[in-house]
Amino acid sequence: MPRPSPTNSSRRRFLIGAGALAATATIPNALFAYTGGSSRLVVVILRGALDGLAAVPPYGDPDYASLHRELAIAAPGGPDGALALNNTFGLHPSLSFLHERFVAGELVVFDAVASPYRDRSHFDGQNVLENGLAKPIGTADGWLNRALAALPRGGRAGDRAVAISQNVPLILRGEAAVISKSPQATPDVDEDLLARLADLYSKDDWFSARLSDAVQTEKMADGAADVGGMSKQSAGAGAAYPNRVAAVARMASELMRSDGGPEIAVIEASGWDTHANQGGAKGILATRLAGLDQGLKSLADGLGPLWPQTAVLVVTEFGRTAAVNGTRGTDHGTGGCAFLLGGAVRGGQVIADWPSLRRTALLDNRDLKPTLDLRSVFKAVLDEHMHVDANTLAKRVFPDSSGARPLQGLIRA
Amino acid sequence: MQAEIAVLRFGLGAKPGDLAAASAEPRAWLLSQIKGPVPLAVNSPLAPSDQIFAGLIQARDERQRMKQASATESPDAKVAFNAIREAYQPHYRAQVLARAQSAALTTRPFAERLVHFWSNHFAVSADKGVVYGLAGSLENEAIRPHVAGRFVDLLTAVEQHPAMIAFLDNQYSVGADSTAARFASRFASRSNSEDTGKPKRQFGINENLAREILELHTLGVSGGYNQADVTSFAQIITGWSIGGGKGRLAGGVPGRFYFRDNLHEPGPKVFLGKTYTEQGQRQGEAVLADLARRPETANFIATKLVRHFIADDPPPAAVDRVARAFLKSGGDLPQVYAALIESPESWDVNARKFKTPEDFVFSTLRALNVSPAQPEEVIRSFDLLGQRQYTPGSPAGWPDTSKSWDGSDALMHRVLWASRVGAKYESGVEPADLAAASLGGYARPETLSALRRAASSGQAVALLLMSPEFQRR
Repeated sequence: MPRPSPTNSSRRRFLIGAGALAATATIPNALFAYTGGSSRLVVVILRGALDGLAAVPPYGDPDYASLHRELAIAAPGGPDGALALNNTFGLHPSLSFLHERFVAGELVVFDAVASPYRDRSHFDGQNVLENGLAKPIGTADGWLNRALAALPRGGRAGDRAVAISQNVPLILRGEAAVISKSPQATPDVDEDLLARLADLYSKDDWFSARLSDAVQTEKMADGAADVGGMSKQSAGAGAAYPNRVAAVARMASELMRSDGGPEIAVIEASGWDTHANQGGAKGILATRLAGLDQGLKSLADGLGPLWPQTAVLVVTEFGRTAAVNGTRGTDHGTGGCAFLLGGAVRGGQVIADWPSLRRTALLDNRDLKPTLDLRSVFKAVLDEHMHVDANTLAKRVFPDSSGARPLQGLIRA
Repeated sequence: MQAEIAVLRFGLGAKPGDLAAASAEPRAWLLSQIKGPVPLAVNSPLAPSDQIFAGLIQARDERQRMKQASATESPDAKVAFNAIREAYQPHYRAQVLARAQSAALTTRPFAERLVHFWSNHFAVSADKGVVYGLAGSLENEAIRPHVAGRFVDLLTAVEQHPAMIAFLDNQYSVGADSTAARFASRFASRSNSEDTGKPKRQFGINENLAREILELHTLGVSGGYNQADVTSFAQIITGWSIGGGKGRLAGGVPGRFYFRDNLHEPGPKVFLGKTYTEQGQRQGEAVLADLARRPETANFIATKLVRHFIADDPPPAAVDRVARAFLKSGGDLPQVYAALIESPESWDVNARKFKTPEDFVFSTLRALNVSPAQPEEVIRSFDLLGQRQYTPGSPAGWPDTSKSWDGSDALMHRVLWASRVGAKYESGVEPADLAAASLGGYARPETLSALRRAASSGQAVALLLMSPEFQRR
């Protein structure tokens, strides 16, 4: 079937959505444009390769317990058991907020999923996760930045995406202007000094652009702090781990709620490279997952009235070995899990074409075999949620991704 | 402008007098620095790693006692964690201070930058608890002695340093057919394993160190190895561990590299198509020696050096030249550095690198001719600027291209830091003279004019530090 043209595709979706309200209503153009700009997207990158078999324990798989041994999460019901999703899969007991959202129909869990990358380097794996290509090198910009350029304008101007860090990660780098803002405050920078620097940078576009963005972002954060009742200084970068995700999540939600704030935010969390003493229902990974869970709850709470129009994608560069290694941890693997969360998400579903953990079904005799390309998820979210047209997605945002067809029905109509 | 390039790009920024010292023979000024070991430029009484590690073990024993004395576990775990932090913290702070002082004061700034380069190439991260007090030790004990030596010696010293072993989890990586594993399985088959209710420890390898040696330290990710090579190399270095421990793991000097023969996977092994028949520890050393000679390693190291010293996109001609010097000399590092210095691309006045926070802080110390007296000054500065010392977070080290450091928020943090430095500026030296001494010919007329018009000398210093020409090297 030929793809509909970009405009028709967006309009068709809108009409379907509106149809439930007023089947024959005439849609004013202004309303159409507004709808295009109302969606909010947060991407959470878990750097270091999260063990999907711990975060989303496939307790119903007969080989799970023997492979993952002391790192395995028990079936639901018992002490420290998984939080049930269905008869095969559960969530790690640290992920109570995510489970609550699953039950509320706001969380999709993906399993046996991976980017197209098939080797086991963190750094190349993260490059592929972020550059949107099938290989680690070949472009210096990220897929989310390329998607930004293709967003329906929706009457908005200015920077529409923010990285919650001092610097911009690869996924957001590129031609479209983006801002960065870390939770660590920069109080009391002298206005006179800033004005003189603007003058000093006037012949240097590179510095000039960054300074102007920084000044704008400070103003936005000041406004957000007033609105949200949060102190700009609330979150130190040196905070203990579980609070660090919450701190960046809070900063993201404050900025997104501010007047003219960004529609898209990127958050990073590290510490998932659990080669040794990973732990099971308790331990190192359990603590990290609890921090992530709290962080996502802070994000939802902070976004408040924006939550119904928000989708949050939680992704990592690859999964880890199916079997425990010699140091009670797991080594670099392939297939893993991902989450899509939010008020805009048609949740309550586990999407997994489960290959099983039988020895013969493992990739290279060691890893969960991926059966779903992460780009199928990315494309679906950008298409259904952010209204980026299919042609741009296929050609510009994710070139060489024809094998990864977008999933359907991840976002509420 | 050759003196400026030598001092600003290859060194750590100009102290008063540096530009004049380098101006007669900029190349000779650089070459004279890369002879022999590169000790810290300050006399700092840093504890050696074995002593630091012994302190950690003591803190851990304390933790065991507390656990046994109390039925509840979680508050004690917190106390024990704090005990480890406390055992390590004075060492971390002393190491960070000594590093900044050395950068501020050294008369061999090119050699000092090379120490930083290799320390980042062989990165460990102090945010992993067991590494916290040892990260600086790796730099001082394994890197400084070998920076101007042979690559193979540098490589071997690093991979056998307790900080690297612990960072990449090799200390308990066990060969499945090792003495210890065979003993354990005989023991398990005789006893009733359901007694404890816990699953039995499965002995096996941990491939973390092996993979990162190949990917990050030698061949590079496209260096032609596969998963079987990673697994085999991990088996080859089973037993590379740290002394200390109890019971059957007793042995060696606590906190020093120790080869545990009982954990080592015995027998010959095939790696990158070659069979290694050496016994024990020598098998891994033979592999390192071969890795250090391979063209992929030469190319990977050359690419990183050229990226660090010349441009984010390394000019291929310079990479070729440096890689050839590496191969031809058998990894003799002074000859490698000389090839870098002799590359015409190194002297391109327009090829400038955006400073990392580390570059920015160290070059500021040198420009203002000051050296920090307290660790807090250094720690707070790097916290603010987003490059807490020895915490790149990943074994790949800190990124070395401007895109990773040029966020608008990062720039605002630099402005804030520069304004604080300016506010504390007390020296009577005119800012225009500071600009001349620290930037030489790179100082632009508009910057000099902005300094003259500044509202205060403190503001002038902030403007100088934040000028585009000071922000680049």
